Amino acid sequence: MFQIAAAPIDVVALKADLENPAAGACVCFEGWVRDLNDGAAVSALDYEAYEPLAVKEGEQVLAEARSRFDLIDAVCQHRVGQLQLGDCAVWVGVTAAHRDAAFAACRFIIDEIKARLPIWKKEHYQDGDSGWVNCAKPIKPADAEAGAAS
Amino acid sequence: MISVTARYFALFREQVGAESESWTVAPCSAGELFALAAQKYEFLDGAARCKVAVNDELADWSTALHDGDTVLFFPPVAGG
Repeated sequence: MFQIAAAPIDVVALKADLENPAAGACVCFEGWVRDLNDGAAVSALDYEAYEPLAVKEGEQVLAEARSRFDLIDAVCQHRVGQLQLGDCAVWVGVTAAHRDAAFAACRFIIDEIKARLPIWKKEHYQDGDSGWVNCAKPIKPADAEAGAAS
Repeated sequence: MISVTARYFALFREQVGAESESWTVAPCSAGELFALAAQKYEFLDGAARCKVAVNDELADWSTALHDGDTVLFFPPVAGG
């Protein structure tokens, strides 16, 4: 099950939902908001998603994981909204009879989520600036004037 | 001519100043419409780094657009 979450992710509840006597392994991944990106000090992150397609594609990723790896269950929740340093932005949980499949599937799921889903993040920096991650930065009018004057 | 609705997300929405826009164009592909929008709004990320959906299905840039379609332009994704 893939969900977009507007409220803090309840990692305890999500893990409890995965409990299964057939599972010898449970592998969970938590993506946390980090204080530094490309040398810039981050103060907060805004996550935005196009939810209909994020959910559709997220479910597709989980289905692919279940078909590629010998799993019992796979769950992912991704936040939207403004997050502070240390907040959990994304949670992936996988259960399997054995750990090889659980580790591999968890890695596969987070890698695919990051590459494919229509989700974007805007970093807010300590210096007051902000920017969309992975996007080429438009030149601001003030920067353009400074460039022309020099 | 065809009338389609373009929807913009994240950085594109900020650059356009709106979430959506109507376009009336000669029949074209999603990529060709993106090129028009990219030129109008000076998008810096090329189609190769972006994704497109037509009527809520992820699509190729070569997908032909039809009257009434909704085209979603996604800038480079950054989930996780």
